[in-house]
Amino acid sequence: MPLYHTDDQQMLHDTVAPFMAEEGGIARQLRHWRDRDCPDGFGHALWRQFAEMGFTGILVAEEDGGLGMGHVEAGILLEEVGRNLTPSPFLATSVLVASALRHGSDDVRGRWLPGLLSGETVYSAAIDEGPKHRPERIACRAERSGNGFRLTGQKDFVLHGASADMIVVAARTSGEDGETDGITLFAVPRDANGMQHQPVRLVDSSVATHTRFDGVELDGDAVIGEVDGGRVVLDAMLRAGRVGAAAEGVGVARGAMDMTVGYLKQRKQFGRFIGEFQALQHRAAHLYAEVEIARAAVMKAAQLLDAGAEQADLMTSVAKAKVAKAARLAVQEGVQMHGGIGMTDEYDIGFYMKRDRALAEFLGDEHYHAGRVAALSGY
Amino acid sequence: MADLTQFREQTRTWLQQNCPPEMREPVRSEDDIYWGGRDARFASEAQRVWFEACRDKGYTVPAWPKEYGGAGLSPPEAKVLREEMARIGARPPLSSFGIWMLGPALLHFGTEGQKQRFLREIARGEVRWCQGYSEPGSGSDLVSLQTSGEDRGDHWLVNGQKVWTSYADKCDWIFCLVRTDRENKYRGITFMLFDMTTPGVSTKPIKLISGSSPFCETFFDDVKVPKSYGEDIPAQVGEVNRGWDVAKYLLGHEREMISGADSSERTAGIGAAMKRVAEGGGGSLDPLLRAELAQFDVDALAYACMGEKFLDEVKVGKAHPAQPNMMKYAGTELNKRRHELMMAVGGSRALEWDSEETAGGKPARDWLRTKANSIEGGTSEIMLNVVAKRILDLPGG
Ligand SMILES: Cc1cc2nc3c(=O)[nH]c(=O)nc-3n(C[C@H](O)[C@H](O)[C@H](O)COP(=O)(O)OP(=O)(O)OC[C@H]3O[C@@H](n4cnc5c(N)ncnc54)[C@H](O)[C@@H]3O)c2cc1C
Repeated sequence: MPLYHTDDQQMLHDTVAPFMAEEGGIARQLRHWRDRDCPDGFGHALWRQFAEMGFTGILVAEEDGGLGMGHVEAGILLEEVGRNLTPSPFLATSVLVASALRHGSDDVRGRWLPGLLSGETVYSAAIDEGPKHRPERIACRAERSGNGFRLTGQKDFVLHGASADMIVVAARTSGEDGETDGITLFAVPRDANGMQHQPVRLVDSSVATHTRFDGVELDGDAVIGEVDGGRVVLDAMLRAGRVGAAAEGVGVARGAMDMTVGYLKQRKQFGRFIGEFQALQHRAAHLYAEVEIARAAVMKAAQLLDAGAEQADLMTSVAKAKVAKAARLAVQEGVQMHGGIGMTDEYDIGFYMKRDRALAEFLGDEHYHAGRVAALSGY
Repeated sequence: MADLTQFREQTRTWLQQNCPPEMREPVRSEDDIYWGGRDARFASEAQRVWFEACRDKGYTVPAWPKEYGGAGLSPPEAKVLREEMARIGARPPLSSFGIWMLGPALLHFGTEGQKQRFLREIARGEVRWCQGYSEPGSGSDLVSLQTSGEDRGDHWLVNGQKVWTSYADKCDWIFCLVRTDRENKYRGITFMLFDMTTPGVSTKPIKLISGSSPFCETFFDDVKVPKSYGEDIPAQVGEVNRGWDVAKYLLGHEREMISGADSSERTAGIGAAMKRVAEGGGGSLDPLLRAELAQFDVDALAYACMGEKFLDEVKVGKAHPAQPNMMKYAGTELNKRRHELMMAVGGSRALEWDSEETAGGKPARDWLRTKANSIEGGTSEIMLNVVAKRILDLPGG
C-alpha cells in the first residue's frame, strides 16, 4: 500500500479541513471557551456538528451505524483538530472509547453507541493512576459483589471526566499491580454512586479530573470484553489513542510551523524580512524536515494498525515519540521566532505550546515511548 | 492487489533460486560492492552469479523500460522487489553512478540514440561512469565553474580541472559540466559525456581521512571531445549551453541516493545490535547510552517511514520537487549520528585502525567516511538553504 492518501482520503481531508478551520478555529472555539471559563473545556454545539458530519462515529463499524473507517481517516480529522487547536471530546470519545466498545457485547454497544453517533453524549477513559502514564501497572480494583463488581481506586488525567456520560475504567479484577492478566474494563455511567470527580483545568485550557471510586457498584453488564481478559481491550484502546494523539500532534506541529514561517515572511528588522536571515532559515528548514518525518511515521503507524499488522505496536510508539519531539521543536521555535509577541496571550502561538505539552503527555511522552521502542526491539 | 500478491510470490521464489546465500550477508568492505565497468572483476563467484542473474532479468535497474535493459516494473512492483530484497538482506547486484545519476538524467533528457546506447551499457554493467561537477573554486557555488569547452567544429576542446571526482581513476566515462559560454552564467554550461581514456585526461587520487582514496583530482589538457558518437548520439545531454538544467535534475537523484531513503541498512534501528556488541565485549549497555540509542532508533524508524513515503510519492509525481534536499539533509545527519553511537558502543576496540578483529579498522573508517555524507552531493547547509527557499518560500537571495 503506498504511503500517501488515496483519492477517498484526500476527499475526506478536503471536507474536514475547511470545516475545522471555519467551525473549529481558535477564536471561535479555544479562545472563546477559555475566556468564558467553560467547565467542559469544549462546546457541545460543535460536538453535535461533528456528529452531523458523521465524524463522531468515524471508527464505529458500519453495521453499528458508524462510518466504518480506519485510523488513517481518523488521523486526517485529528490533524485538522490539532492544526486548529479545536477543543473537543473526539480523541477520548470517538477514538479511545469507540475502540473499547468494538470489543463490547451487542448490549454494551447498543447501550452506548447511539449517543456517541448522535453527538448527544460524550465519553472518557480512565487509565492513568498517577502523574505519569504507566498502563502496565493497574492498582484500581474491582471486587466481585453479587452479580456485579465493586470498584475502588483512583484515576488521574481523565479528560473532561466530569462532563462524561460514561467513563471506561481499566481496573484489576485479579492478580497483582504489575501483572498483565487480571484486568477488566468497565463502562461506568455518569450517575454511578460513589464516583467523585475533582476537575482541574490544565495548561492548555482543557479540563481533566482526578476521579475516585469509593465502592462503586457495577452490574455485570458494565463489563467490556472478558473479565480478567481486559488487557487486549486496553491495548487496542492505547494503540488507537496513541496514534490518534500523534496525528493530532502533527497538526499542532504543522499549525505552529505554518504560523511561524508566515511570520518570518512578514516581520521586518534591520530593513529586511527576518526570514532572510540564514540563521532562522536553517532552523525553519530543519523544523520542516522533522515535522515531515513525524507525519510519515504517523501515517505508517495508522496504516499498520488498520492492516492489523504485527509491527503496528512498535510503529505506534515510534510515531508517538517522534511527534512529541517534532511538535516540541515546532512550538519552541515558534515562540522564539515570534520574539516578544510570541509571549503574549493575545497572540495564538502560545496556545500551540500549551496544547503540545498536554498532548505529548497524554498516553505516554517521548521518553516513555522511546523506552518502549527499546524494549520492543529487545534492548 | 491480487496481481501484486502473485508478483510478490514469484519474486520471492526467484530470489530464493537466484540470490546466493553469500550475497545476503551485510556488505563488509568495498570489495563486496560490484561497480561494473570495462576493468571490472568479481570479488567472488557468488557475486558474479548474482549480478548476471539480475542483469539477465533486468533487475540491475528494475524500473527502467525493458528496451533499455530494465525490467519495466511498475512503481508498486518495484516496491515489492525492494521489500523482498530487503527481507532477505540481498545486496544490490550492481552499484553505479550510471544507475543513480546519469541514467535518470538520460531517461528524462536523452535522445533515443543516447538511451539505446548508454542506458543499456549502464544496465548491463559494461561502462562505469564518474561525475565531473566540482572544481577547486566551485563547490557549493557550482554554477561558477570554469572548465572550458571551445567549439572546434566537429569537436569541443576541453581544458580545466575537476576535483573530488569519485572513482575517476577507476571509471570508463565521465559526465562533465563544461563552460561553453563565458557571458552567460546559468545558460553557458554544457553537460558532456566523454571517455576517460581520451588523450589529455589525467587523474590523481586524493587520500581521505578514512585512509582510502575513493576520489581524485581530474585534469583536462586540450581534450578533444567529439560532438557526436554516431547517429542520434550527441556528446552532450540536452541542448548546448543548457546543461545546468540537466545538472540540477541529476543532483535531485544524487541527493535521493545519498539520503539512503531506499536503503534498508540506513533506515534500520541499531539498539538491539549495539546491545549484543556491548555484551559481546563482556559488558552491558550504559543506561545513558541505551537512552540515546532509543532516541536514535525512534528517529531512524521514523525516517524509514519518510523514506517509504518519499519514494512512493516520487513515483507518482506527488513529492515536492525540492524534497530530495530535505531527505538528503535528514538522512545524512542521521547516518552520522548512527556511526557516532556505534563508535561509542564499540569503545577502544572501535578505535583499532588495521586489526584483523575489526576487519581492518572498519568501524573507525566507516565512521570517518560518514562525515562526507553531509558534504558530498551538496552540503547540509546548502540543503537547508534550498528547503528554506524552495519549500518554505522564505525570502532573500
Ligand atoms: C567523499 C566525497 C565525494 C565526492 N564526490 C564527488 C564527485 O564524484 N564529483 C563531484 O563533482 N564532486 C564530488 N564531491 C564534491 C562535493 O560535491 C563538494 O565537496 C561539495 O559540493 C562542497 O563543496 P566544497 O567542498 O567546495 O565546499 P565549500 O563550498 O567551500 O563549503 C565549505 C563550507 O561552507 C559552507 N557554505 C558554502 N556556501 C554556503 C552558503 N551559501 N550558505 C551556508 N553555508 C555555505 C558549506 O556548507 C561548507 O560547510 C565529493 C565530495 C566528497 C566529500
